[in-house]
Amino acid sequence: MNYQYKIGCSLSNLKGIRDFIRNTLNENQVPELQISSVVLALDEMCSNLMIHAHHCNPDHILELHINQEQHSYIFEIIDEGNLFNINEFIEPGMERLVQEKKKGGLGIRLVKSIMDKIEYTSEGGRNICRLTKEL
Amino acid sequence: MVHIKRIQENGADIIAVVGEIDASSSIELDLSIAKSVGEGFKKILVDCHGLEYISSAGLGVFMSYIEECRDKKIQMVLFGLKGKVINTFEILGLADLLHIRENKNEAMKLADELSV
Repeated sequence: MNYQYKIGCSLSNLKGIRDFIRNTLNENQVPELQISSVVLALDEMCSNLMIHAHHCNPDHILELHINQEQHSYIFEIIDEGNLFNINEFIEPGMERLVQEKKKGGLGIRLVKSIMDKIEYTSEGGRNICRLTKEL
Repeated sequence: MVHIKRIQENGADIIAVVGEIDASSSIELDLSIAKSVGEGFKKILVDCHGLEYISSAGLGVFMSYIEECRDKKIQMVLFGLKGKVINTFEILGLADLLHIRENKNEAMKLADELSV
């Protein structure tokens, strides 16, 4: 399998990304609860990229690829912005978030909880974020 | 896309959320809760029967009101969450930080008990 989807960096496009992932995994008979988790993780990754690396510029493009290797699904997000590497981001503790009334900081924690592996590479000025999940 | 309605019942403000809350729509949830708090309601029930999806942006809105609710003695209780939605709360351990009940009667009962 090899599915691809391209979309501009507008937050209103997040629903399209969720539908693409949900439909693709549905076609491949992945259980509903696992689909929901993966959809959430990809939504978080894409919204982070749109906001922090692309400042929600709809002319900037994100490319999504879904591939399957044995029991693992590989999700790649490709862009040409500044690299936003969540492995370098230390999530604040929940208690601190509550005390400081912060609305952000939860997304990366979710992605790290859901996905099995998060890797980054750069090729010819393009950033590739590769997320792996055994399903 | 999310639709939010507010209904007042027995002194409680019930915020009904229908649709999906993500980074583009979480502001609407935030504004509704802010209005409810601003109008002085001490019992805020969030009806999540129609909530199909929530991302961290929506969870962050609920989290950001935990301290304010404590300070102002406001009881905020969520109810009617679908399994796939409650799963998102549980991944982060948020189900322990927020008051969550199955239905409106239980939510109202808890809000009354905590208000005493």
